[in-house]
Amino acid sequence: MGRALSCAAAIAIAGPLGAQGLPDPLTDVPGDPSRGHAIVLDQQKSLCVLCHAGPFAEVPFQGDLGPDLTGVGDRLSLPELRLRVVDSRSVNPDTIMPPFHSLDGLARVGARWQGTTILTAQEVEDVVAYLASLKGGSE
Amino acid sequence: MMLRAALLTGALATVATAEERRTGYEMMSPDLRAMQDDEMSNPGMLWVAEGAALWDTPEGEAGLSCADCHGGAEQSMAGVAARYPAWDEDSGAPVDLAGRIGLCRTRHQNAGAWDRESRPLLALAAFVSRQSKGVPITPDSDPRLDPWRDTGRVLFETRMGQLNLACANCHDDHAGGHLAAATIPEAHPTGYPQYRLQWEEMGGLHRRFGNCMAGVRAEPFASGSPEYIALELFLMSRAAGLEMEAPAVRP
Ligand code: HEC
Ligand code: HEC
Repeated sequence: MGRALSCAAAIAIAGPLGAQGLPDPLTDVPGDPSRGHAIVLDQQKSLCVLCHAGPFAEVPFQGDLGPDLTGVGDRLSLPELRLRVVDSRSVNPDTIMPPFHSLDGLARVGARWQGTTILTAQEVEDVVAYLASLKGGSE
Repeated sequence: MMLRAALLTGALATVATAEERRTGYEMMSPDLRAMQDDEMSNPGMLWVAEGAALWDTPEGEAGLSCADCHGGAEQSMAGVAARYPAWDEDSGAPVDLAGRIGLCRTRHQNAGAWDRESRPLLALAAFVSRQSKGVPITPDSDPRLDPWRDTGRVLFETRMGQLNLACANCHDDHAGGHLAAATIPEAHPTGYPQYRLQWEEMGGLHRRFGNCMAGVRAEPFASGSPEYIALELFLMSRAAGLEMEAPAVRP
């Protein structure tokens, strides 16, 4: 809870900076790309592949509502990736990408999900580490 | 009257015309369309047959059947589902078709209430809706419904849940897109109650609303709630002109 609140504060600061991103990791434990990989593929938990295609051979049906994540580690820096996963609204106020680590401005959240963010701070770090590792084309 | 008509056309002008809109049916695979079209393979027709039998069955302390009051459904119920929800004088609020069937049961048959998603109520609703197959949706023009339609539109456009998405984000802005394997439809309420393969049974429109709200991790409203009636009124006006197709089949 405290972590989520402090994170919301971080976004408030990051907001005006826009696409510059969040340079500071959310936790002291460095992100683990292989855990991040598993989280990204988990359709119940992170929902990423519901909207994004990417170099995910394991996933037969990938969504097309967001950009293909292939090579996203070449396009965006770590702070930029972190900001987008934490709360894409800081980059695009009208985004449909859910705020993965912010409780700001949410309405009518289901009882089961109240007061929790979609991903924990460590899960965000893991996902971001994985995204940063997505270099080059889809071969 | 003029103003209301102007408001209604104004509201409709912001969305595509009937020709440009596509129902869930038009977005389905040819296999599923064939399943819906063939009365022998459409599982919803089982409910329709059950509903036809219930129509003629006396119920409650009044010992009356639907047919005792309404006669043959082929005439008396033709087009009814295409203009619901409608205003209910006694309760001073709109009712949807399932609500109306429930009220006939408690008010006129003096029988105990049925749950909205119970088998007999879905069967009767499917049978009544079937009498509107091919009829273009023609929203009831009672001006008392207009504020409800506005409420429904606001709900449709309000972001909610942990995923912070509005119905409109998917069904207006990304209809035709893919959420993993699912093609996002435009959310036209043309075919309810409908048989969903995922449910493996019939379900009402409000159950579908609940699915989508749970999907964005929002707290669903209750089936039959004023919020869902308002959403239904808005979706029916948004779908005006599209043809009814109950019982539809959906993935
Ligand atoms: C409901 C749809 C949706 C979900 C779920 C979703 N995204 Fe997104 N994402 C988008 C859209 C749309 C964009 C395009 C930018 C915008 O509109 O904000 C985007 C942009 C991005 C970008 C920037 C890509 C670029 O090339 O600029 C990254 C990185 C990203 N998403 C990662 C993720 C990850 C990781 C997850 C899961 C933890 C996720 N997304 C879940 C819809 C989604
Ligand atoms: C994240 C995307 C998303 C959001 C937000 C969403 N829906 Fe849906 N909706 C879907 C998808 C996908 C389907 C089709 C499901 C399938 O085919 O398996 C669907 C189906 C429907 C249908 C059935 C259409 C038919 O042809 O029978 C209706 C009606 C509907 N939604 C209404 C709503 C309403 C009302 C809301 C808001 C309370 C809403 N939806 C929010 C994705 C969404």
